[in-house]
Amino acid sequence: MKARVTVTLKSGILDPQGKAIEGALKSLGIGGIASVRQGKVFDIEIEGTDHDAAEAALKAAAEKLLANTVIENYRIEVTK
Amino acid sequence: MKSAVLVFPGINRERDMARALAHVAGREPAMVWHAERDLPAGTDLVVIPGGFSYGDYLRCGAIAARAPIMEAVRAFADKGGLILAVCNGFQIVCEAGLLPGVLMRNAQLRFICRDVYLRVERSDTPFTRGYNAGQVIRVPVAHGEGNYIADGATIARLEGEGRVVFRYASPDGIVDPNWNHNGAMNAIAGIINERGNVLGMMPHPENHVEAAMGCTDGRGLFAGLVDHFKLAA
Repeated sequence: MKARVTVTLKSGILDPQGKAIEGALKSLGIGGIASVRQGKVFDIEIEGTDHDAAEAALKAAAEKLLANTVIENYRIEVTK
Repeated sequence: MKSAVLVFPGINRERDMARALAHVAGREPAMVWHAERDLPAGTDLVVIPGGFSYGDYLRCGAIAARAPIMEAVRAFADKGGLILAVCNGFQIVCEAGLLPGVLMRNAQLRFICRDVYLRVERSDTPFTRGYNAGQVIRVPVAHGEGNYIADGATIARLEGEGRVVFRYASPDGIVDPNWNHNGAMNAIAGIINERGNVLGMMPHPENHVEAAMGCTDGRGLFAGLVDHFKLAA
């Protein structure tokens, strides 16, 4: 199975990297961008076919390592 | 004072730290590889030095915080053992949950490598007994992610319990945004845990301990620790 864990900064946490990217996009003349927040995507291959077990393992992975839950939120998606 | 300096892949300040400890304490520290599961018997002080453990992959300190040796470090802290965590070490102990908060990218987005001034907020900790409260010391910083943040309740608690030990300040001890080079909340440069046995700080006191370094303001931290253990013995 394939899975994706997306980690994003919580709202209210300053994101200087996102701000810098936002500034660069504006200087490129790309219009209509109000703001940018930077995050991380983890594409993970899961052994076996047990969907619930995969979700549990990914939740543990996100909580213990992939995200720092003081400043970040995470989202788990398991696809076939 | 028996010290143990932890060594993770990508750490690069461990020899500066070992030299400072040997110079001030008169005893070579043990260097402990991250894959070990135990600290040397009789360790008084664990030091987590600066550098770029695991190349700052994922988040600064995130991988090192989950290394095998950190279980022993956690147990050592739980028993009241003293832990000095500098720079990447501070990031590692925050990631390990031994101190609250996070070190974010510097507000100005730049890596900052220069001397800064710190106001020592209290002298009644094993780490700061070599200084007077309110004293200003000059020590170097070298980091890209030293911008301390925590949620409002945590900051209020740290301040209320007097757990901010070092604050970025002007040479005459005034806390001012112009002297808070990385944008840290409340100009926080170093904090201790609730029990007072874990200190995390971004600046490098180990780089200002000998006359040849041009400044010895960092020496008080190590000399204070030596005194602490002398009195305890």
